Amino acid sequence: MMKSFDILIVGIGGQGTILASNILGVACLRENRHVKGAETHGMAQRGGSVESHIRIGGEFGPLIAPGQADLLISFDLLEALRYSHYLRQGGTMVVNRHLVLPTSVYTQKMEAPTDEGIVAALSQYRLCLLDADRIAQEAGSPLSQNVVMLGAASHAMPLKPASLVDAVRQLVPPKTVPINVRAFEMGREAGGACSS
Amino acid sequence: MEQYYLLGNEAIAHACLESPVDFVSGYPGTPSSEVIDVLRSHSDRAYYIEWSVNEKVALENALAAAWCGLRALCTMKHVGLNVASDALMTSAYTGVTGGLVIMSADDPFAHSSQNEQDSRCYAHFARVPCLDPSTIQEAHNMIRDAFALSEEFGLPVIFRPTTRICHSKGDVEMGDIVQSTRRGEFKKDPRQYVVIPAHTRILHKKLNEKQPAVKKRLVELGYNTCTLKGKKAVIASGIAASYVQELLPDTISFMKIGAYPIDEAWLSGFVQKHDMVLVIEELAPEVEEQVLQVAGTANVLGKKNGYVPYEGELSPQSVAVILTKAGVLSANPYPAVSPVQNLPPRPPILCAGCLHRAAFYAIKRVFKDAIYPSDIGCYTLGLQLGVVDTTICMGASITVASGIAHAGETRDIICTVGDSTFLHTGIQGLMNAVYNGADITVVILDNRITAMTGHQPNPNTGVTACGIVSPPVSLDAICRACGVAFVETVDPYDITGMMNVLRDAQSRKGVKVIIAKQQCVISARRAGVKRGKYRVDAEVCTGCGICVQFGCPAIEMEDEKARINELCSGCGVCAQLCPSGAMMREGKR
Repeated sequence: MMKSFDILIVGIGGQGTILASNILGVACLRENRHVKGAETHGMAQRGGSVESHIRIGGEFGPLIAPGQADLLISFDLLEALRYSHYLRQGGTMVVNRHLVLPTSVYTQKMEAPTDEGIVAALSQYRLCLLDADRIAQEAGSPLSQNVVMLGAASHAMPLKPASLVDAVRQLVPPKTVPINVRAFEMGREAGGACSS
Repeated sequence: MEQYYLLGNEAIAHACLESPVDFVSGYPGTPSSEVIDVLRSHSDRAYYIEWSVNEKVALENALAAAWCGLRALCTMKHVGLNVASDALMTSAYTGVTGGLVIMSADDPFAHSSQNEQDSRCYAHFARVPCLDPSTIQEAHNMIRDAFALSEEFGLPVIFRPTTRICHSKGDVEMGDIVQSTRRGEFKKDPRQYVVIPAHTRILHKKLNEKQPAVKKRLVELGYNTCTLKGKKAVIASGIAASYVQELLPDTISFMKIGAYPIDEAWLSGFVQKHDMVLVIEELAPEVEEQVLQVAGTANVLGKKNGYVPYEGELSPQSVAVILTKAGVLSANPYPAVSPVQNLPPRPPILCAGCLHRAAFYAIKRVFKDAIYPSDIGCYTLGLQLGVVDTTICMGASITVASGIAHAGETRDIICTVGDSTFLHTGIQGLMNAVYNGADITVVILDNRITAMTGHQPNPNTGVTACGIVSPPVSLDAICRACGVAFVETVDPYDITGMMNVLRDAQSRKGVKVIIAKQQCVISARRAGVKRGKYRVDAEVCTGCGICVQFGCPAIEMEDEKARINELCSGCGVCAQLCPSGAMMREGKR
């Protein structure tokens, strides 16, 4: 029995983590691989911290144990740090270098973390940082940020880029296919630059 | 057979189409809601489907359909089964002629719930079969078998997936969709359908007589299986079985329980071949108690001797800890790691422009140190704003308010309840409060939709589950019919207007109702409502921070000045709060 390749996607409710995990799931079907996943639904989605687990080649439960993820994809800097303990030793982290401060910073007067502080704390991992917001903008829509992130992380996944692009075409709204395909390719290019 | 990547609830819905189902009812509740959401949007639909006003109403409708020979599905979350339990307990006596499957989705860890109750206990209590899937594929297959099982024994069947089944995804093999062609017909039989004492005593005996055959059939269906290896065994149920199977060494016997009631003779045969049996299940010790009854000399490890927790959900890491502690694994394959400490939390919050935040703000400004009973919905998040003092179950805002009032509390009491929750089980409490002369203020937070569970329509919305236009109920008329003399409808985005009405209510005796009406911002966005965004004039802003205290995620502080980000929906409430007048609609000066 092959061990599964475990990916944790984290972000903030509304950033498109569920679509990203669906793209991975459909790409697995295209390669005839088993896949299991788990995600946050319901009230917990409302602007809260969200996580999607995807186990490529998974045949059992959908959850990844802390310390076992092969790849962590984070749509937000602070969420990358919050879930960093999920990454296994030697695992890869692909992170959007954008920080949305939680309202708890204002309403509970908590100390606001800084971009530099978080990046420094993450530097102990094999880290790929990219500006997914800017790349998504350049690709044609800020909403394609989730697909940019998948493109960047695709170097670290046991899936063919062609399967991922096919899945993107299948799952995004038809009108946005060209933007999202471009977002994937630009993300992949950005990811390639930081892995070398 | 085709392969799909599906959400558990999507696979469950698809299995209903394959069965095929003829009648569907339910009330939304996480993690169950997507089953009806999928079935109601299915284009080629020959079955009847409704969102009911509550779970009791839903189950009684479905039961009647099953009495007419149809295959009926009724969906709800675990706590919904409490509401429906009156019908459930006696439906086991009357039985059904068609197939009745009650999906009661459990939520171990209470991801989105008020408690962690275990629906298997209800099945045990009512003496009806219960199917408890360990994977999405199994959930899919169980639905088809559940209808057949219900028809074979003339009993309702409880189908009990948990959050980690409903909201997990996987590759699933599905069958073909079949068109429903059955038409219901009610055959009169008072000895079955009229439960007067003379009839019900006989029906109870019949229910008990069905049990041995049910147990045998469940073993034959293959959802309870075992493999014999050595003298040590692990028995697991539900999703926990998947976690165990990933970790279990080849030398250990394994039994998986997916269906109840368990055949005692079959269970005993397995247990007594072992010296040690470890039982791993989430929530109640349903399996463990049965194992203990047949254990003989075998040492049983489980909840009762501290190996497995009674509360919360199990996970790969907690199962690894249990297996290691019980000596089934020699070392924990998932060594403990700790998360980074002291990060600012990011809990779910009310959306930017949510009517509830505005209404709560006005309420707090007027009522200050009052008592704030509340209810179940997005607005329970008002806890963060200090305006939610109690929630217990659906509809328990008005009743708790009147109870506190009658208990002698002298402070003002003002409770909040959403429109869907008010229609679910709030009306009786209102009628009771008026009838018994309570002094309370009730604010109905009316966003015209059941928002938290995914925007399902309710009788206040103006459309049915299928999108057919249906006249919306008048909340105002309902309140007046309950005997409330003071009923005012306000727009919560108009903070001053709402505060004036609240002050008026505060000065009066008796039950006062304020309907705070405004569209949910998510439904407004979907409907294409554009209000324009707001911005901050940095030269006018003094950086006082009053606006960020409001807690709207669209307002941030940057370089000691407020800033409005792209989440702004244009509700304009912040402009009313700002003492310097620094906030204005974009494009205005």
